[in-house]
Amino acid sequence: MIVFKRMSALLLAGVTIMAAAGCGSGGDTTASAGGADDGKITMGFAQVGAESGWRTANTKSIQESAKAAGIELKFSDAQQKQENQIKAIRSYIQQKVDVIAFSPVVESGWDNVLKEAQTAKIPVILTDRAVDSADTSLYKTFLGSDFVEEGRKAGKWLVEEYKDSTDTVNIVELQGTTGSAPANDRKAGFAEVIGAESKFKVIASQTGDFTRAKGKEVMEAFLKSNPDIDVLYAHNDDMGLGAIEAIEGAGKVPGKDIKIITVDAVKDGMQALADGKINFIVECSPILGPQLMDLAKKVVAGEQVPARVLTEETTFTPEQAKAALPTRPY
Amino acid sequence: MTALVRHRLFWPAAVLLLLLAANVAFTPGFLSIEMKDGHLYGSLIDIFRFGAPLILVAIGMTLVIATGGIDLSVGSVVAISGALACLHISGLPDQNDVGGVLTAVGLALGLALVLGAWNGFLVAGIGIQPIIATLIIMVAGRGLAQLITDGQIVTVNSASYKLIGGGYWLTLPFSILIVLAVLALTAFLTRRLALGMLVESIGGNATASRLAGIRSRGLTVAVYAFCALCAGIAGLMISSNVSSADGNNAGLWIELDAILAVVIGGTSLMGGRFSLGGTVLGALVIQTLTTTIYSIGIPPETTLLFKALVVTVVCLVQSPAFREKVFQRRGRRRPAAPQATDDEKVEVPA
Repeated sequence: MIVFKRMSALLLAGVTIMAAAGCGSGGDTTASAGGADDGKITMGFAQVGAESGWRTANTKSIQESAKAAGIELKFSDAQQKQENQIKAIRSYIQQKVDVIAFSPVVESGWDNVLKEAQTAKIPVILTDRAVDSADTSLYKTFLGSDFVEEGRKAGKWLVEEYKDSTDTVNIVELQGTTGSAPANDRKAGFAEVIGAESKFKVIASQTGDFTRAKGKEVMEAFLKSNPDIDVLYAHNDDMGLGAIEAIEGAGKVPGKDIKIITVDAVKDGMQALADGKINFIVECSPILGPQLMDLAKKVVAGEQVPARVLTEETTFTPEQAKAALPTRPY
Repeated sequence: MTALVRHRLFWPAAVLLLLLAANVAFTPGFLSIEMKDGHLYGSLIDIFRFGAPLILVAIGMTLVIATGGIDLSVGSVVAISGALACLHISGLPDQNDVGGVLTAVGLALGLALVLGAWNGFLVAGIGIQPIIATLIIMVAGRGLAQLITDGQIVTVNSASYKLIGGGYWLTLPFSILIVLAVLALTAFLTRRLALGMLVESIGGNATASRLAGIRSRGLTVAVYAFCALCAGIAGLMISSNVSSADGNNAGLWIELDAILAVVIGGTSLMGGRFSLGGTVLGALVIQTLTTTIYSIGIPPETTLLFKALVVTVVCLVQSPAFREKVFQRRGRRRPAAPQATDDEKVEVPA
């Protein structure tokens, strides 16, 4: 009983301290929000985690462009857990930030916390990944890549590359993590474009979990069970890099004997492209920061923004990769 | 014939042969092995090569399970060891420098040993349940690996490091040679010396073995350290094979595959007995299953279901109780010890 009393006393003390802290920062942000005329905006950003190089570059871009745009950034890392993200968003609501941005870990289960933000009149911007809420008024806009379009870009290059040929083109595909949005959409976009011509045949398609090790392992098996492979389409650079090692191990020349298309354009992938081992890369840019800050300013100022904003992205050939590599930030 | 069927390893071996036969049916040249660029090349070699890290981790896991414990941290140790080695090599002025690569290997394996000893200390010294004690490094270890790599994939370009997991020696993949060496050493230590029996006695009854004069604490710490060392070598192989360290994904869920391999091989999860040969066979079954999925083109959406079905069948045919029910056999039943295991392993499909 005594222990229990002590514990509740401790808890109480803790709550008081937290409440005081909440008041303090709350007062702070109201002050800055009140001074919105001088352009000082506070943004709460709830990041997914730091699970890949892509994500780290994404985080860095957001932090740097917030500084450059003069926006005060409150940043939290959810370590791939939805409950952490919801907690972070709730705390941003309590702190009365001017705008909340986040990359949802999963697609569903956001309605409640988004309604709380709406009630508190704090606009929400989604970045990189979407939510499946039926009520689209819960967020102002969604800034991110169009994965289907990335698949289409990969397919278009292939169609162009083989436009003079009538022979069958045997394609193998390394998919991303089964069921993830980028894997589903990149597969669908690619299939849509090459499906128009019957000479393109996907003879094997298997998941490589977006990793180099799996990409290599799966490609080794493909090479043995399918002696005649013309093209490899990998849903990200890393799987493509693993597959390159498998192709070299089989005594073939990547980029020549087997043409390789990948998505992402991270540094190692760009290097392989410049070396001619990859033939074409569709960019999936993590540099969302500048666009996000622009949108945040517009949203806070009450301007209308489009419901879907695409990331500015391009594609790379080996020549373009050589030119871009020295100044590539990630 | 009956003696053969009664042999402990008959059923896992039968499943392995069946899987290989299925592959031959789908890919006619599956069993062919040729020379390419001065080394052996073929699907069978691939199974050994990609299975090598799993076999290593499973060997370490076998001994830990024989003491009645379990080590969930091996996947994280795989990631940490690869990350540390690649980080050190990427900082070398000459990445091909053999001395520098050896230092990197030494650092990585040293850290693995420390982590293993920590697990052993928590289990034997403080008496925390193994599943909880090793859970700590399973969770925190991945964070450590990410800290080492700064959340990025560290790429190295070192021919000497490449040898460990992706190179060849005397036409054979070097990783297979490492596995054979570790296997031979472990078999010698545990089956030619009394060490194996001592380990089993801890698993049988830790208190009784201590009262009988066996230093069970020190031995338990050593077994966990050995398991982590195996995982560390596996981590070097995995990262060397793709010349890069991925703190997030390297060795992810390998602990579950390793436990499954141990169990398919007929080692009891209750501890007290183990079979190294069975573990190697179990690991080969798992790797062959993976390769089969790639070569016969099972769609990724159904891969896990297919794996689970095969594993369930393996476990069922291994269970004497199940076979007796289904085949109505009235022969003498085998000792009861493995039965409990065989039922439990159905729970594990990874």
